[in-house]
Amino acid sequence: MFTYTLRRLLLAIPTLLFISLIIFLLLDLAPGDPTANLPLTIPPEVKAKIRESLGLGQPIHIRYLLWLKQFLIAEPLHVMDYMFGTDWAMGMQRVISWQTRSPVADIIAQRMPQTLWVVGLSYVIGTLIALPIGIISAYRQYSWFDQIGTFVSMIGYSVPTFFTGVLLIVIFAVNLGWFPSIYDTTHVVTDWDSFLFQVRQMVMPVFVLALYNAAQISRYMRASMLDNLGQDYVRTARAKGMSEKVVVLIHVLRNSMIPVVTVIALGVPTIFGGAIITEQVFKVNGLGQLLITSIYANDIPMVQTLTFIFAVLIVLFNLVADILYGILDPRIRYD
Amino acid sequence: MTEPSLAPPPNQSPEQAPDQAMAAPRNQWRDVWDQFKTHKGAFLGMIVFGLFIVAVLIGPFIWSIDPTYIDIRARNQGPTFAHPLGTDQLGRDMLARMMAGGKVSIAVGITAMALSLLLGTLIGVLAGYFKRLDGPLMRLTDLFLALPLLPLLLVMVMLFREALAARYGPETGVFILIVVAIGITSWMQTARIVRGDVLALKEREFVLAARSIGTPSRRMITRHILPNVLSPVMVSATLGIANAIITESALSFLGLGFPPDFPTWGRLLFDAVDYLQQYPSRVMWPGLAISATVLSVNYIGDGLRDALDPRIRGR
Amino acid sequence: MRLTTALMGAAATLALAPMAFADGHEARGRDGQVNIIYWQAPSILNPFLSGGTKEVESASLIIEPLVRFDETGAMVPWLADSIPTVENGGVAADLKQITWKLKEGVLWSDGTPLTAADAVFTWEYCTHPEGGCSQSSYFDGVDSVVAVDDLTIQVNFAAPKPFPYTAFVGSESPIIQKAQFADCMGAKAPECTEANFAPIGTGPFVVTEFRPNDVIQYAANENFREAGKPAFATVLFKGGGDATAAARAVMETGEFDYAWNLQIDPNVLKDMESKGLGKVVAAYATSVERIHVNQTDPSAALGEERGTVAHPHPFLTDPRVGQALSMAIDRSLIAEIGYGAGGVPTCNVLPAPAAYASTANDGCLTQDIEGAKALLDAAGWVPGADGVRVKDGQRLTLLYQTSTNAVRQDTQALVKQWWSEIGVETQLRNIDASVFFGGDPGSPDTFQKFFADVEMYTNNFAGVDPEAYMANWRCSEIPSPETQWQGSNMQRFCSAEYDALVDQMSQTAALEERGALAKQMNDMLMQSYSIIPLIHRGNPSAHANTLGGVKMNDWDSEIWNIKDWHRVK
Repeated sequence: MFTYTLRRLLLAIPTLLFISLIIFLLLDLAPGDPTANLPLTIPPEVKAKIRESLGLGQPIHIRYLLWLKQFLIAEPLHVMDYMFGTDWAMGMQRVISWQTRSPVADIIAQRMPQTLWVVGLSYVIGTLIALPIGIISAYRQYSWFDQIGTFVSMIGYSVPTFFTGVLLIVIFAVNLGWFPSIYDTTHVVTDWDSFLFQVRQMVMPVFVLALYNAAQISRYMRASMLDNLGQDYVRTARAKGMSEKVVVLIHVLRNSMIPVVTVIALGVPTIFGGAIITEQVFKVNGLGQLLITSIYANDIPMVQTLTFIFAVLIVLFNLVADILYGILDPRIRYD
Repeated sequence: MTEPSLAPPPNQSPEQAPDQAMAAPRNQWRDVWDQFKTHKGAFLGMIVFGLFIVAVLIGPFIWSIDPTYIDIRARNQGPTFAHPLGTDQLGRDMLARMMAGGKVSIAVGITAMALSLLLGTLIGVLAGYFKRLDGPLMRLTDLFLALPLLPLLLVMVMLFREALAARYGPETGVFILIVVAIGITSWMQTARIVRGDVLALKEREFVLAARSIGTPSRRMITRHILPNVLSPVMVSATLGIANAIITESALSFLGLGFPPDFPTWGRLLFDAVDYLQQYPSRVMWPGLAISATVLSVNYIGDGLRDALDPRIRGR
Repeated sequence: MRLTTALMGAAATLALAPMAFADGHEARGRDGQVNIIYWQAPSILNPFLSGGTKEVESASLIIEPLVRFDETGAMVPWLADSIPTVENGGVAADLKQITWKLKEGVLWSDGTPLTAADAVFTWEYCTHPEGGCSQSSYFDGVDSVVAVDDLTIQVNFAAPKPFPYTAFVGSESPIIQKAQFADCMGAKAPECTEANFAPIGTGPFVVTEFRPNDVIQYAANENFREAGKPAFATVLFKGGGDATAAARAVMETGEFDYAWNLQIDPNVLKDMESKGLGKVVAAYATSVERIHVNQTDPSAALGEERGTVAHPHPFLTDPRVGQALSMAIDRSLIAEIGYGAGGVPTCNVLPAPAAYASTANDGCLTQDIEGAKALLDAAGWVPGADGVRVKDGQRLTLLYQTSTNAVRQDTQALVKQWWSEIGVETQLRNIDASVFFGGDPGSPDTFQKFFADVEMYTNNFAGVDPEAYMANWRCSEIPSPETQWQGSNMQRFCSAEYDALVDQMSQTAALEERGALAKQMNDMLMQSYSIIPLIHRGNPSAHANTLGGVKMNDWDSEIWNIKDWHRVK
């Protein structure tokens, strides 16, 4: 397993370079213009000059290599400088966003807290409720618990968040006035009251996202458990006199985890991608909002960097999932 | 350990058991249907889904108001005899729009879901079963997972819209474009899940047994592997329909899909969210329609899965 | 720093509020915090590096021009002492020089004095060839900017400039501090993140925290030149979300005091207003929602030559067709359904200021379906079997494109129906704004390429002088493959007579004559029916009822007078 992991990690480097090239070409090919959102009162000649100043005049391979150099050399050096007080990155150009004309990495770092809090927490909560719901639903298939679970999760998945979010705002922010409708990203938790405020402003977005995540994961959990509950080894285990708890929670659960692990591993990188619609509805302004505004503004360095970090996480977590398969089911061997 | 599938157990493949089939001349698919019928949820789901299909296909002939006809004097109306579901902000009949929208949404939902399942299952099975293909196919999956959706769609629309419209006419062209766009950007999850399951299945005793008697790979996959990955695929199918309906509305909203006056359920829902407080019913109808469709497909999937499982069927 | 300011503000409020009315002396920062929401978030606070409205307006709290326009479009001296004219000797008789006097004693927020050298520097900064300054057109025709003494700025033009109030006038042409930006010239401009995120200004507020595309926090400028202003100690400027949510935050939940650009269904706005927490205000300048009628043939069959002047449009060059399309539209209904307080019907592409607005075309204000039908009949278009008119085997069918926006899609649907009543078939298309308004020569969907028969969007001009705006429709401004599809004459209108009028205007100084010329050009465009104006658009915003002093203004930044805003008790 160790050599397999090592081999996969080494293989990940050319894979990621290739992915970054494809993303770059895609972004370059996509129609759009960083000056599209400027008022029409700005004359076309000035817009052409602005594009020139952004470096758009250069050929594409130069721009790609420049980005690679900035992202793979200048940015890590800058992080080192920041951490150890060295000055290796002196004078090296970092990846600069076209919209804000500031280093992309700084903005991403600024957006991380709210995204991790809201999207990350909702993913954790979603998973934590989904697993028991999936297990109980399968164990007591077609019981009232299962029926309600099915109903709620299907509604939760099929009704889009742009609707549930606004519905919650209208009920809880406008009519009841319990929660703020606009997330305050500058809020700092220092004491109990400010912590309560933080909780209040997170309730609605976390609920909307957790419902959506839980719906998806619980369906896979339930289906997989159902498959395994009918297997012969379950009968054997019961016949051997094992307690029901041990049979279900150890034997069946372990064997049912493979699809669930896959889904969760696919979901973790999306935390970093943020939740575009939910962030927009609740004005959380995290990484999802950053990505979508950058795409609209054709801020290619920002989109490229965000997508690439996303790609790294995808490759990593899919590797983690593959390793977990081997642990969950030792018969799976890659070597 | 026996094999839970629609196929007879591996030690008893159809060729080897002619006399048994002779003795019980019951068709296997008939058994499946009988079992399916006893599943109340599935049967109900089937009826609801059937009703939707009938309503969107035949409905427009009975309720013949043009969904794009604007009656300015009748705007923002509640339910009346003239407009059973009320009218929208321009006075267009909501019932007509729901029916016209349903036709597109269901068609897009089912086709795009089918395409994505087909791709996902194919790639998942190939990657899981053939070790040699695993690496390349999974790296391809990683690539597709990493590609930013919106620029990808913009590029597809830019490259193919005119060509498709010229070849198949504007509406069919856009339909093909949307279905393909949704299909090829949503197969990755299914592929990863199927592959994971296949990796585990491949090492099970019944597969080893089948292989030891020299079953060729093709039959291994269709007879022994596929039936056993059916349940996660069914879940993907239900979630996929919901996804496709919503994604279609997002595409049309961005101007990458159908023309703006062309109603679909997702779009009706999106447009109505601004009127949530004034006219809640307007957001309710498309929301209900999407949820009911997804729920009914989910129950049909449940019933199908149970019906195809010989151990449950035997009970 | 932020905390201290806030505390001081709070203390000042507590201590002075009761006395404020008693002795007429009011302290700076007495009213605590004001919350502003823009549903598009500013990404930088240097308007020279991003010309977007959101950036210009969020920066207008900090940096200021010499002159602002007030809510009527009249010039108000801001950092300048007075408005120079030919009469008072501020503008040279040959119209090639304007001399500005700065107000005395104006300090930057860091305590140093504002001098003419800062203005000279601003000009150098924005006209640097590698800087990519968004507002460089304000310095068009400027030969040099000279600091005569500390308080006197002389702007020299290369040629006579009949309207010399461009450089340093209005929110898009403010003055930045030389000391702060001296090392940020040209290609280095984007590297000065700190300066770009927190410019030092002369305005009523200073930045305390800037999070790009998210939120800005300001505090009152302790060195602001007017005593007792601003009334608010801090400003929270939040960005993001959508227009409906912004309106809701002001008028339904009361979390915010001011929301910008609320182009949503007027019925929804009215309902929110009825909650009694806030109200909608609108200001009008020169924005007109219009339909451009393509004079060239967009047919895909023409390949590389599609949409070029080499191939005139098969039927839209006939003004009678354009006129019929215009007559069939009920503009008041569009205004009522889509715009409410934010729009009135108009028949001119140049609707304001009053001195330039023509009245010759007002006939279009009433819908005339029968007249439109008669006109098409007269032009030889006869209804076919399916009701769509045909002439010489050509069906009267149009592709109608616009950007994605709920109001625009409703307008499209309405217009399509009216056109179908006169026998014109319409196919609708909406395109995402970032593609539609983008200048990407690779995309077929940009408004410059105009691969459709008609397209709809809004345009306007900055400031109060329409000379540059009217020059948009010169023949030389037609977008074509040779110019990488750049150019502002979208409908490809071309007339030698019109070009002559444009030239004449650039040499005319007298205001009445300029007005007459502008009207003549407007009428010429209107009667060619290559532009069908629909709505003179206002800019609807909402403010809380407890917020006083708001003077909506579409000629300048709409929060131009935030120094006078205060809390209504």
